[in-house]
Amino acid sequence: MPKDSGIGASVKRREDVRFLTGRGRYTDDINLRGQAHVAFLRANVAHGRLRGVDVAAAAAMPGVLRIFTGADFAAVGGLPCGWQVTGRDGQVMKEPRHPVLAAGKVRHVGDPIAAVVAETLEAARDAAEAIVADIEELPAVIDMRGALAAGAPLVHEEAGTNLCFDWGFVEDNRAATDAAIAAAPHVTTLDLVNNRLIPNAMEPRAAVGDYNPATGDSTLYTTSQNPHVIRLLMGAFVLGIPEHKLRVVAPDVGGGFGSKIFHYAEEAFVTFAARALNRPVKWTAQRSESALSDAHGRDHVTRIDLALDREGHFLAIRTRTLANMGAYLSTFAPSVPTYLHGTLMAGNYRTPLIHVGVQAVFTNTVPVDAYRGAGRPEATFQLERVIDKAARELGIDPVEIRRRNFIDRFPYQTPVAVAYDTGNYHATMDKLVAIADLAGFEGRRQASARKGLLRGLGVNCYIEACGIAPSHLVGQLGARAGLYESATVRVNATGGIVVMTGSHSHGQGHETTFPQVIADMIGIPESQVEIVHGDTANTPMGMGTYGSRSLAVGGSAMVRAAGKVIAKAKKIAAHLMEAAEGDITLRDGKFTVAGTDRSVDWGAVCLAAYVPHNYPLAELEPGLEETAFYDPANFTFPAGAYACEVEVDPETGRVVIDRFAAADDFGNVVNPMIVDGQVHGGIGQGIGQALCEGAVYDANGQLVTGSYMDYAMPRADDVPSYVVDHSCATPCTHNPLGVKGCGEAGAIGSPPTVVNAVIDALQRGGHRHVTHIDMPLSPARVWAAIRG
Amino acid sequence: MARVTMTVNGKAVAGEVEGRTLLVQFLREGLGLTGTHVGCDTSQCGACVVHMDGAPVKACAVLALDADGAEVRTIEGMASADGTLSPLQQAFQDHHALQCGFCTPGMVMSAAALLAGNPRPSEHEVREYLEGNLCRCTGYHNIVKAIMAASGQGAAIAAE
Ligand code: FES
Ligand code: FES
Repeated sequence: MPKDSGIGASVKRREDVRFLTGRGRYTDDINLRGQAHVAFLRANVAHGRLRGVDVAAAAAMPGVLRIFTGADFAAVGGLPCGWQVTGRDGQVMKEPRHPVLAAGKVRHVGDPIAAVVAETLEAARDAAEAIVADIEELPAVIDMRGALAAGAPLVHEEAGTNLCFDWGFVEDNRAATDAAIAAAPHVTTLDLVNNRLIPNAMEPRAAVGDYNPATGDSTLYTTSQNPHVIRLLMGAFVLGIPEHKLRVVAPDVGGGFGSKIFHYAEEAFVTFAARALNRPVKWTAQRSESALSDAHGRDHVTRIDLALDREGHFLAIRTRTLANMGAYLSTFAPSVPTYLHGTLMAGNYRTPLIHVGVQAVFTNTVPVDAYRGAGRPEATFQLERVIDKAARELGIDPVEIRRRNFIDRFPYQTPVAVAYDTGNYHATMDKLVAIADLAGFEGRRQASARKGLLRGLGVNCYIEACGIAPSHLVGQLGARAGLYESATVRVNATGGIVVMTGSHSHGQGHETTFPQVIADMIGIPESQVEIVHGDTANTPMGMGTYGSRSLAVGGSAMVRAAGKVIAKAKKIAAHLMEAAEGDITLRDGKFTVAGTDRSVDWGAVCLAAYVPHNYPLAELEPGLEETAFYDPANFTFPAGAYACEVEVDPETGRVVIDRFAAADDFGNVVNPMIVDGQVHGGIGQGIGQALCEGAVYDANGQLVTGSYMDYAMPRADDVPSYVVDHSCATPCTHNPLGVKGCGEAGAIGSPPTVVNAVIDALQRGGHRHVTHIDMPLSPARVWAAIRG
Repeated sequence: MARVTMTVNGKAVAGEVEGRTLLVQFLREGLGLTGTHVGCDTSQCGACVVHMDGAPVKACAVLALDADGAEVRTIEGMASADGTLSPLQQAFQDHHALQCGFCTPGMVMSAAALLAGNPRPSEHEVREYLEGNLCRCTGYHNIVKAIMAASGQGAAIAAE
């Protein structure tokens, strides 16, 4: 019998009702009295010297309140970077200033030059068009190799180079890895591109700034995954507003996928302008503006070498990657190609020697930062593609070569710093073989062949590191933040509970799942538990939601706070029943003295806490509210095995995904329905990357794919139905719920599955020369590959 | 500025609009009906779909003036007066067909239009019909499943 409440139940989402009736409250739905509107003038060239900005004509236009330029922001800070990477020469990364509005130079198409604040949006947009920016166009660097060539134009002259850092991991393995590869019986090499993506949360970014002259308080409403992080970064580093005078609210947020982690110029601008003009100031991105200003994702160019013995055992892995940073360092950009990528290069396999080399490069493009998976999809793609190629070269079945190398003892110390606590890779592979019906593939292949179509099967594994992260560890690695999470559990006098979490839901369903946990711990109905998130004014300092960390870290903080509440409530119950505290048990919302039939209800204890007439006031404070911060002991390591079957039309190059199956190990699961949905969404994005999506710049740095006319988002008829399973669960060993995180798995695991399947289809179809095609596998690329 | 009148969710409404004012702006800003969303500027995402005289339209591609005299229904008008969700809305909740909820109003309005014209669509027809509605969260699986279920074909989705 499936449960209908508590941990493990597919409880329907309570938040759905407001979204299904049009009563969500997203940032653009907020309209404050007297609000003015912003339009940004953005650079239309990729690189140029800003000789002057003439705002006179624009400023005289009707409705214009004020026009701001870079000069207005000279006295405030630049947008900060939250992670400092140190290169292998011991040099810290180059960290050029990232001004709120461009000063001196523009460095990518979309770089904001000026901002018009006007009575109406139309007036602001009209005036922005009337601003005359005098820009001396400079040669731009778009391609990463070109950016590193001698004499290349510099994105930041003061850096003296376009190389942000040159990082090696683990440097102690470098020589031994090279030697092992040189001596290996077989080496498989693959050059590949992890295509640049635009995250495209369906809600465009928006921000509303408000200032209260009576109190001197500023409020920012913004589309953020982590309002406390924005408050700290913007308050402390950019605008110089202390946290107690700054409130950041992230109300309903329409998807993030990483792109709404970062602190953006527009947020700082509306907060600054609201104070300067003493009026609320609102900005909402148009979609084309999102494409030019939201941090992009991926954009790695890699060569990977995998050394094997004749039986297909992995001996060593070496990777050399160029990682695009874009024109400025976005908030967490340096961590993505380094510690979120290099640490995952062992995958699910025993490989004794691994060395990862990454050169991060400035180019005249939009900044690149974390996008769903963030570094881990890039690692998985390289590894699972090169394993497939090696299997083919050695004549070993792709499932078998993986099994031969699986890590099967835990904990397992990888050669790339991290230690996996638990897992069972054979079990997820067994499950995959069953749910994907791999045994039926040959029959389906023949059926496809009769239609003139080439059917291929792609299989791969993935591992990810979630629940970021132990603060002491990330601190050593260059993080300028701690990565704990927080929760306050407030019990009301009549027994209802409000949990205030530093975590944030922008689709993940916290408002439903967090109460499932609390309800189980205490034994009260979920309807008595409410979740508050997204407002720095009423939640404890927390780091927010990304890296599949909400439940593993935020949920752990909540469990810890609830544990403190229960411990105190037991003391109160012991007093009420005149029993020893150690004899009190809590079950089904009732405190009982062990071995007796004496009991007192949860509600009575809560009431006593707030109406302490009969209460141990000498030993215990009244009230029932506790806060906890949880700093994880380790990452969590979800893992799984994915399979995809495609049909390729050799006449047109068109790829149709016919079947997709995912067997994941997420440890314990609180709400299976929501977990399935997270996997579906991740796979949808992964298929998008593999088949459709790609942010394309021309040689001059114009973003060719700047709207949905050109950027191919996956649509309902581009994807199949998915078969997903997460019954192979090895609970995480170091957090109280035994949970691992599921938000990114689909996006990490699925791109190589699709590409492996297409290559398999072409190989089986006799196109032996095709060993790799770079994503997206558009009909044109597949067709061209077939034609050789 | 010109005056428009129309019926929105059964109520007569009127307002002053500019020639360039879009129906979606009139609904969101003029009437405060913020359930209809704007997700793009090229009429491709479908977050803004409403019904106009019974047919689905992208409200970002219709001028408010062109909706003068029309009968408009938005997501706010889909549940019954006592708040009970329509069977289609209920199917979206039952089958977890929404995550962030941003595409949801447009999805529901498009799906309602589909089912009005084709009460028992195939999975393939559902997927094709949703061509003009983007969702970044769900991978579409549960949206398709919910629409199939709302059409009384709960078991028909291939992968279930
Ligand atoms: S806002 Fe109308 S289609 Fe995107
Ligand atoms: S539910 Fe988020 S875009 Fe569809």
